[in-house]
Amino acid sequence: MADDNNGRSYPEPRFDSPSSKASSRRQFIKGVIASGAAVSSAGYLFTLAGCSREQGAARGIERMLMLNVNGQMRTVDVLPNETLAMTLRYKLGLTGTKLGCDRGECGACTVLLDDVASYSCSTLTHAVRNRAIMTIEGLEGANGELHVVQQAMIDELGPQCGFCTPGQIMSAVALLKANPKPTRDEARHAMSGNLCRCGAYDHYLNAVMRAAEVGERLSRA
Amino acid sequence: MSRDMMGAFELYQPDTVENAVELLGRFGEDGWALAGGNDSLDWFKDRIKRPKYVVDISGIAALKGIRETADGGVEIGALTTLTEVERSEVITGRYKLLADAARRVASPQIRNSGTLGGNVCQDARCWYYRYGVDCYRAGGNRCYADTPEGQNREHCLWGADRCIAVSPSDTAPALVALDAKMVVLGPKGTREVPAEEFFIRPNVDIERMTVLEDGEVLTAIRIPAEWSGARFYFEKVADRNTWDFPLVNIAAAMVVSGAAGSEKVDKIRIVAGAVQCVPRRLTAVEAVVAGQPKTADTATLAGQSAVRGATPRNYNHFKIPLLQNLVTRAIRDA
Repeated sequence: MADDNNGRSYPEPRFDSPSSKASSRRQFIKGVIASGAAVSSAGYLFTLAGCSREQGAARGIERMLMLNVNGQMRTVDVLPNETLAMTLRYKLGLTGTKLGCDRGECGACTVLLDDVASYSCSTLTHAVRNRAIMTIEGLEGANGELHVVQQAMIDELGPQCGFCTPGQIMSAVALLKANPKPTRDEARHAMSGNLCRCGAYDHYLNAVMRAAEVGERLSRA
Repeated sequence: MSRDMMGAFELYQPDTVENAVELLGRFGEDGWALAGGNDSLDWFKDRIKRPKYVVDISGIAALKGIRETADGGVEIGALTTLTEVERSEVITGRYKLLADAARRVASPQIRNSGTLGGNVCQDARCWYYRYGVDCYRAGGNRCYADTPEGQNREHCLWGADRCIAVSPSDTAPALVALDAKMVVLGPKGTREVPAEEFFIRPNVDIERMTVLEDGEVLTAIRIPAEWSGARFYFEKVADRNTWDFPLVNIAAAMVVSGAAGSEKVDKIRIVAGAVQCVPRRLTAVEAVVAGQPKTADTATLAGQSAVRGATPRNYNHFKIPLLQNLVTRAIRDA
């Protein structure tokens, strides 16, 4: 039993064995999203007024949208005041996109809109219904292989805690799509909209430069 | 109270600017025009601004793009993103001042979605005001920043009138220096406002930073040919290189004649941001520099004349030498 300052005691938290933990948390979150229970669980996490079905129906726009996400057309019911980050995570189950600050000040929620890096927390989903949205999940190859930027992140030990990594990777992918052979300074400039509180910036930069090198080698091969 | 989630609103997505103006005119005070969303969504998430009707103008194609005009200038649609401005060949070639300013705004992702119109129309960044207190700018009757304890490091040197917030834009000083014209469409039709008069002081209306009335939309920004290809200088000083708003920024456009080493400044417009509620045109500097040789002495004199009459608050004395040095550099290095 653990004591807090008031002398009250609480049961020790219980953890599952490592093997079951590895699958359970992610599976559980994806399960509740798939079963439509996402509203209640996400509401618990975020006091989620912006993503609840209980709000009155809006006029003006149609709530049912077709969104082009990672090359697939997905039908989704979107509130007028819902951000793209909310839709991706809690309606479509694409939890690779992270919410850090929810204010466009950290970059964890970075996704590509028509191949351009954007903060999905500061974008209304309804404003991107005609855009091609790509999230970190969309980088996966046809046979599950990693994207060249993802592999470079591993090879260069890019991430430390990893929370900002999906956003960093999406910024790097946007950079390399527009400029396949960036200088280190250009890469630093392109990655400057993504914070890393571990301070692994140089590792991330090394990874971007390696990805550019590898990408160039692959395109020549 | 939740400061994370937006309250409910009705969303409208007009295809034409006429429809947008009609909708905004109908909704009046309850309406809100949304473009890139970087400023608006923060207000909504903090539940400080709670419009009932949001008009998303970001889909209006006619408000996007950069066009050369018949008189030799350019017209930039208000919804053109800052990234497009920064990379445009005509802007980097002829009005590099504006490209340099756009490049220093916020972060790459914000420049990708943020619009030039939104950047000049953004609201004051005074943190007391942004926190949602009942200050003058929010319709109350006190200022929390202009008190002995108030944290006013970012606030103004000139033009305090109850409110001491500053113009937070990087592109606004560049547009004033280039003598741009702002094209405004409203229920009563179109009007063209010089950039210098587009921004308003607290003694004109303390709750607004621009001349835009309810129901009016900034549709385009026209830059005249006069300063095309002139000598430019832009510099922004902020605590951080990314995201941050300027502590002071400086934008100068000048026409210089004569051979290198004996250059003379024929004419000049120079504007400082973040020292007043509006971009501050430094007319004293212009008077000191115009017609003078472009020398270190002129630059020093220009710096000294820039800060005359500055009235610092408790924590922003540092802005005086900062502005002085920026003006000196602008004249010397442009």
